[in-house]
Formats: sequence, structure tokens, C-alpha cells
Amino acid sequence: VTFRCDVQLKESRQAVNSIQRLVEEDDDEDDVEKVSWSGEPVGSISWSVKETAASNQRTDREPAFPKIPTDTPSLSKSQSGYSLSSLFKGKTKGGNFQSFTDTLSDSSIRLYAPELRKPKSEYKDYVSDWSPEETIQRLQQGKTAPLEKFRSLQDKLLLLDFAVSAHDGNVITAVLIYLKRTLSKEVLFRELESRQTALRHFIHYLTETKDQRLLLELLRALGRTEDVALLQYKEHLSIADENKRRDFLKSCLSLPFSAEDSAHVQDHYTLLERQIIIEATDRQAERGGKVEIFQKFPRRASILNMPLITTLYYCCFYHYSEPEGTYSSPLNIRQAFKISEKQYFVTALAARAKLKAWLDVDALFTSRNWLGFTRKKSPLSFQRVVDVLQKNSAPTQVLQDYVGLVEDPDMRISLAQKHKCHDIVINTYRDMKDRQQLLGYRGKVGRGSAEERKIDELLNNQQIRWKN
Amino acid sequence: MAAHLSYGRVNLNILREAARKELREFLDKCAGSKAIVWDEYLTGPFGLIAQYSLLKEHEVEKMFTLKSGRLPSADVKNIIFFVRPRLELMDIIAENVFRCVYVSCYQTPHCKLVKECYLENDQTSLYHTAKGLMTLQALYGTIPQIYGKGDCARHVANMMLRMKREFAGTQNQILPVFDTLLLLDRNVDLLTPLATQLTYEGLIDEIYGINNGYVKLPPEKFAQKKQGEASKDLPTEPKKLQLNSAEELYAEIRDKNFNAVGAALSKKAKIISAAFEERHNAKTVGEIKQFVSQLPHMQAARSSLANHTSIAELIKDITTSEAFFDNLTVEQEFMTGVDTDKVNTYIEDCIAQKDPLIKILRLVCMQSVCNNGLKQKVLDYYKREILQTYGYEHILTLNNLEKGGLLKPQTSSRNNYPTIRKTLKLWMEDANEQNPNDISYVYSGYAPLSIRLTQVLARPGWRSIEEVLKMLPGPHFEERQQLPSGLHKKRQQGENRTTLVFFLGGVTYAEIAALRFLSQMEDSGMEYIIATTKLVNGTTWIKSLMDRPESQTP
Repeated sequence: VTFRCDVQLKESRQAVNSIQRLVEEDDDEDDVEKVSWSGEPVGSISWSVKETAASNQRTDREPAFPKIPTDTPSLSKSQSGYSLSSLFKGKTKGGNFQSFTDTLSDSSIRLYAPELRKPKSEYKDYVSDWSPEETIQRLQQGKTAPLEKFRSLQDKLLLLDFAVSAHDGNVITAVLIYLKRTLSKEVLFRELESRQTALRHFIHYLTETKDQRLLLELLRALGRTEDVALLQYKEHLSIADENKRRDFLKSCLSLPFSAEDSAHVQDHYTLLERQIIIEATDRQAERGGKVEIFQKFPRRASILNMPLITTLYYCCFYHYSEPEGTYSSPLNIRQAFKISEKQYFVTALAARAKLKAWLDVDALFTSRNWLGFTRKKSPLSFQRVVDVLQKNSAPTQVLQDYVGLVEDPDMRISLAQKHKCHDIVINTYRDMKDRQQLLGYRGKVGRGSAEERKIDELLNNQQIRWKN
Repeated sequence: MAAHLSYGRVNLNILREAARKELREFLDKCAGSKAIVWDEYLTGPFGLIAQYSLLKEHEVEKMFTLKSGRLPSADVKNIIFFVRPRLELMDIIAENVFRCVYVSCYQTPHCKLVKECYLENDQTSLYHTAKGLMTLQALYGTIPQIYGKGDCARHVANMMLRMKREFAGTQNQILPVFDTLLLLDRNVDLLTPLATQLTYEGLIDEIYGINNGYVKLPPEKFAQKKQGEASKDLPTEPKKLQLNSAEELYAEIRDKNFNAVGAALSKKAKIISAAFEERHNAKTVGEIKQFVSQLPHMQAARSSLANHTSIAELIKDITTSEAFFDNLTVEQEFMTGVDTDKVNTYIEDCIAQKDPLIKILRLVCMQSVCNNGLKQKVLDYYKREILQTYGYEHILTLNNLEKGGLLKPQTSSRNNYPTIRKTLKLWMEDANEQNPNDISYVYSGYAPLSIRLTQVLARPGWRSIEEVLKMLPGPHFEERQQLPSGLHKKRQQGENRTTLVFFLGGVTYAEIAALRFLSQMEDSGMEYIIATTKLVNGTTWIKSLMDRPESQTP
């Protein structure tokens, strides 16, 4: 599949531009939708919400609770699913909504919450007859039905089971809130264990309300140890201070992760510990003003909480030639975290190229064996190497060395031409015995240059058996 | 306002009007002046049904956004909160409500179905889907046949049947518009959303994101330069454009493969140019009058052409890039089963270059899906590279992806994907992008599995692919619903049947284009209407599965 450049798009563009010149005076087209500066279409809901916010700021009022006039409004019956009173009435066990029960007795409230307008006596008779099943049905239909009258465990479980079979999430949530408040944890967890749907729902509820503590207790009770571990580990994201975070990660090491994740968390802790040390040392060195590299290339950001490879890059940049025993030595990092040869190579190459340390780059490719130095095959394709070098403005002489190592002749020529490595082009055409191409290339080199002379020499060389 | 909804076999304006009516009635329940406190997330979707003017008609005087802290003051009789049924929002409301005021939850079934269903297993979303379908049937008639594939599909169908039994007394007398309902779980086809869409609308969504029918674009190309005036400062606000079928040109090109868009625009340009040239032929007063009366329409057409030419140019810059080409190549290699069991060099290189994490995740998930899980060594390698390059905290995301079945180790069971691909003809070599004859044009060769299943259901029927269906996750089923006597449709000669396809867990624009294509095919005999819990593309879909996406480095 290819996506070709579109001549047709150009035609369309031309047509559009030429027509515009004809109709320039009338851009207030009625069919065009008016859009405000914020990009919202004028008259839309999003626009009017923003307008209200803006106008409120302009009038500069004190933030205050909206004032509702106290004359009796003719509010019709509420369609809300659960009567607030039904949820909040009765003695709560360490209830969340204590404050509401107080305000419920305030008589002025009755004017605004229709449920509460009924006289107490009527209310009592009205509700006392419903079974758990009927209660759930009423809740589903958006009618009121208090849960508090169900005191026995059996009734409570019936409520839950009916709610679950109704599949209505809001009803399930309402029942779960009630059970959470009125059952001990042991009983609740035990009962949920055998009710998968309700359990999943409860976990979702605890997650949404960010009730971390209870959620962890529940997962532990269920034996979902890996989930417990991950959930606790997740907390590290909300710890800003690096030392506290490091200590927290250390405490996570004993958590029941899977073997794999255990190793990763271990690495995470080790990395952060190391970063803290390096950061402290480097910040001091930078401030001291005596270490050259920090003066020439001031650090743009702290190394704390950066990923491993970023850290490696940083150390290849600022600490490349350190002895292997230091925390910031790249080789030390490579060994401690078992970084692959390829990853290490790519990172070191990028860092040294950025610093234009061409000798270091060269050294990456060479290895000493018992015969002396030999060229090692690069774990990275030479095209990639050339790419990285060129991005860091490597001079042609340097690029040339690596372009020359590209195995595929066509690729080599294309790269060489791109980077004006004339010698390589010439040599490759010579090797390919391609007279035509060599002749064609003559026009691309400088007149009277050494390259031109070289081409002429080759072309005149009778011993070469050209293929064309 | 939404006249374009009335065209086509099913008058969707009925649905829109029903929603508007419900909203009006709801507002009228509180007599007197009102202020509405909005869950920001809802202002977009509500905008599809109503404008502020409608709310004003019902005495809505002020509108605010739901935020923590106190509400600004407003001199109104009623305060209404419009929120999604989310627990954390209830807390914010409770903060403000220390006197009991009129609170109601207007429930919209818009939710993160995949994460909730497959990770958190909250079935509320399914319940709302079932309820939504009951509402649909109340408006458009009972649907006589229900087909489905997947666990969620089964749940929804069960709920629908039960809900119907509960209302057994009342008979729906509306003549049925839909012949069939097809419920499909997203996880029956995990591959399609991972692939890069290649239709015009699909690419706009992939690159810029379409929200509630709007797209935000870089403004530079849209700056108006008037002749004779010094060019104004370039706007810095992104250009917001509305995209729907009311715009003639957009309706024409939205479902085309992007490679065919240039030709369509060029053709349109010629037509519009010719129309403007007509002014030279207008000699008599009558003819001039005639021409002038056409001007507004021609100007609108020109403006539309200008916008889409600009958008197409923006997209072209991306699709002609090397990065796009390389990515697409790897996707197609995976889809055709090439080297799905090894570590992929391109992915390795992308990680080494620290390309955006989502791009990496899409590719490794695709490889895993096409291979029915990755060899442990390969999976471990990818995971290591990802964690070392992007940070260890991503073990949380990788965990979620595994739970969702997107990135998992190979189990002992064999890889059925090649069989599925061959039987359902998912890969069509030489897909014709300009004049397509098969749905595979939407991905330039790959026919979306979900749509193939839909296609086969109509003809020759699912019985012919029993074996393949068993290889896909979840049960497949058929249910029939009784229609009151006398309501059975007598099909006219040549009249099409109508199927409502409901995607549970999200659908892509490319899949929608493919379904529209099926509707338009000469001998299909079937028209499709599409419904979904959410519109997705690979990026938004994976993001919804990531843990705390805001804390990830891009």
C-alpha cells in the first residue's frame, strides 16, 4: 500500500483560492456557524456555561450559597430514585452523613424536598409493608423505599440478591452502602465472596470512592494478593518527596507481587535510590562551578524519577569515563540493571554523538582481542548509526567511516549521496563496475576537485572490466 | 437544525425529538427560574440534542460547571444538577447540598464500558444499554429477532427479555422499523480498533480526535487572507469545525479511503468553479437574479471545499511520512500473520527512539492478538524494554492490558487467528481503494472482523461459520420476540430489511464506514443502523485501559 502525493489536492486548493478572489467581500455567510473565541459555537450549551462563568467573574460577587426564596414553590413530586431521608435516617454506625440527619429536623427544609413533606405518621404506614423484593422493585422504578427497616442479616442478604438479579447498578450500590454501614467487615466480606457480581460491584465502588484502606482489606481477605500488591504499589505515584518515595518503594518489596513484577519493583527501588545519590552529588558539583561539563552543558532537569534508559543516557553524557565502581558509571548501571547490549549501545552512541565525542563513538565499535584491535559488528544497523550521527551534526569525515560500513551497496550509495560522501559513492560504483553511474556522478562533484580527478582516473583505467 | 437526521430509512429525528421532549418535561417539573449545574462531560452530548435557547425557554437563567467548592450565587428558585452517575460527583454535590434541594440524576449511558466490564466488571453500563434499547423499541417498535456474540451481548439480551416480560401487560403497537438487532462485544474483535483507520473520517479521528461531532484543528491553514488587507496575526486558538452529514461534501467523502479523497475534492472543485463561471452567462435580469439567488449555496459549497482541502492537506502530510508508512507496514505484516511470534525490529527501534508509549502499546497488543498471545520470552522482552524506557510504574498498565486480553502470554491453545482470517476472508489482497467492492477498503486490505460477522449473518447466515464462531470469545445466540398479531411486516418487492447493530464496548469510524458501505451495496438487501456505547480509536481505547493516564509521560 502506498499513499501517493495528491495532484488532485493541489487542483482543489487552486480552485478554492481562485474562487475566494471572486467572492471576497461576502464572508459573513449566514450558513456559517458563529463560533466564539473559545471555539464553542455561539448559542450552544458549552458556550453559555462559559459565558455564565465569565459574567460571574465580571460582577465580582462573593461566592455564596445560592439563595432560594423562602416562599412556597410549587415543586412537583421528585423523580429522584432514593429518598434522601431513607438513606440517612436511623442511627448510623459511624455514619458518613451525620450532618444531614441534623439538618433534616430543620423545618424550613421541608419546603424543598418533596419526600420530606409527608407527615411522619403517613410515612411510617406507607413504608412498613414492603418485602425485600418489593423494596428493590420500588427502587428500580425510581420510587422511595427505605432500607433501614431491614435489620436481620437474612433480610439484608435478600436485598442484595434481589438487587443483583435486577442488574441495576445504582440499586446494587445503594444496598452495598447500606450493608457496608450496618455489617461488620468480616461478615460483609464473607458474604460477598460467594456473590461474584456483588463483589465486583463493591470493588468498583471502593475504587471510585477511593476507599483504599477498605479495598485493600477486602482484597487481602479474598486472597487476591497480587492485586493487593499492585494497588499498594500504585500509591507511590502520589508521593512527591523522593526520599519518602524511595522508602515507600522499599516497603513494597515484601508485598506479594508475581515473580516478574517483584523484580521490576526491586529495580524501581534500586534505581530511585541511585538517582537520589547521583542527583545530590551532581547538583553540588554544578553549583561548585569547577566541573567543566556541568558548566558547558547545564542540566535541564533533575534525574529523579526518570526512567532507567533516560538515567543511563544522562550518565553516558555526564559520567562516561568514570571508573566502573561508581553509582553513576554507565557500565555499572548496565551491569546492575542487566541492560541489553543493544540498548546500551544505542544510548551511549546518542550521548557521545550529542557531545561530538567522535573518538568515543569509534571506540564503541572496536574491541580488543588477543590479536589487537578489531572492528566489532555493530548491534545496530549502520544506517541507524549514520542517522544518529547525522542528527547530531557529525562532520562528513566521521559520517563517511560509517556509511562505508553499510553492507547493502544500494543503501550505501543512497546514504553516501545524501551526506555527500563522494569517495564512498565513487568506490562503490567502482566495485559494482557501473561505468554509467560513475559517469553520471561526475557532474555532481566539484569541478577540478580531487574527486573529479579520481573519477577520471577510474574511467580511463583500462584494467577495469566495466559492465556498462 | 438537525434535518439531516430525517433522511435515510430510519428517521433518527424521532429519537432526538423524544430526548428533547423528555428534557423539556423534566425541566418543567421545577416551576420557576432555574440554574443548572453541569457535569462538564455532559455539555457536549447534550449539545447534540438542544441549544441554550431551548433551556432558556424553560426558564433556565444561569448555568455553572460542577466543581469542588461552593457554587457561585444565583437568584433562582431551583437548582438542578445534571451529572453522570459517578460516585465522585455525588460527593461534590453533597458538599454543596447541606440543605436538601432538588437533586436528580439524569442518567446518560455513556461510560467506559471496556474498562468497567472487563477490568472492573461493573455491569451498570450493560443495564443502561438494555434500558436504552427498550426505549428505542418503545419508539421504533419491538425488534423481532435478536442475534448476539459475546458475554456482554448475552447479558444485555437477557435483561431485555426480562424487562419485556415485566411489562407484559402493555403491547407495543408500533409497526417495527428494525427487523433484526445484532449485539456484538468489543472483545470478540480486539484487532480492529488497534489498526490505524484509513478512511477520511477515521484518519481525522486518529490524528485530531472527533468529539461530539466536532474536531479541533491547527489554525494556520484556516486563516483568512483578504486581498488588499495586511495579513492579520495568525490565530492561536485551534480551529473548531463541525462534522456531520448535513454538510454535503463531508457526507460524500467521510467514508472514502483517504487515497480516494483527492479525486473527489478535485471533481467538486471543478463543479463549483463551473458554477461560478456561470455568472458570465447571466445576461438577462432574470438570469442574473437566478444566479444571485444561488450564490449563498455556492459560497457555502466553496467554504466547505476550502475546509476539507485544508484538512486533507494536513492529513496528507502525515500519511506520506516515513513514520506512517513504516507503522502501517508492520500493522499489515501482523494482520497477515508474518513473524508474529518474534520480537519485531521496528517496535524495538521505536522504543529505542522513545516514540509515544501508546504507539508502542498498540503495536505490541496487535502482535499479541494476531498471535493469540506472545511467547513468554518475547513478552518478557517487550515488557522489559517498555519499563526500562518509559518507567517502572507502567507495570500497572501492562497488568490492565493483560487482564483485558490484549497483551498476554501464549497459553497452550493453538493460534486460531489464521483460520479465522482465511475463513472470513479478513485479508483481501488488491483492495480497490478508489472504487471499493468490499469492506476491506476501509483498512486498505483488512476487512474488520466485526463487520464481516455482521455481513455473514445477513447472508448466508451464521450457521455457515459455526466453527469459526466457536473460536471467538463468548457465546453466540439467537432470540425471537413476539410481535402483536397484525404487525408482522409484509415485505414489499425489493424492500430492504433493517438491522440495528449495537457495539458493546466501542466502535471505530472505519467500522461505521464499512457498515454504510454494506448498506449501499447493490444486492445487499439490508440496511444497517449503528449504535454504540462509545466511539473509539486505537489511541483513546488503549488510554482508557491505562492506569491514571494523566500521570504517564507521553
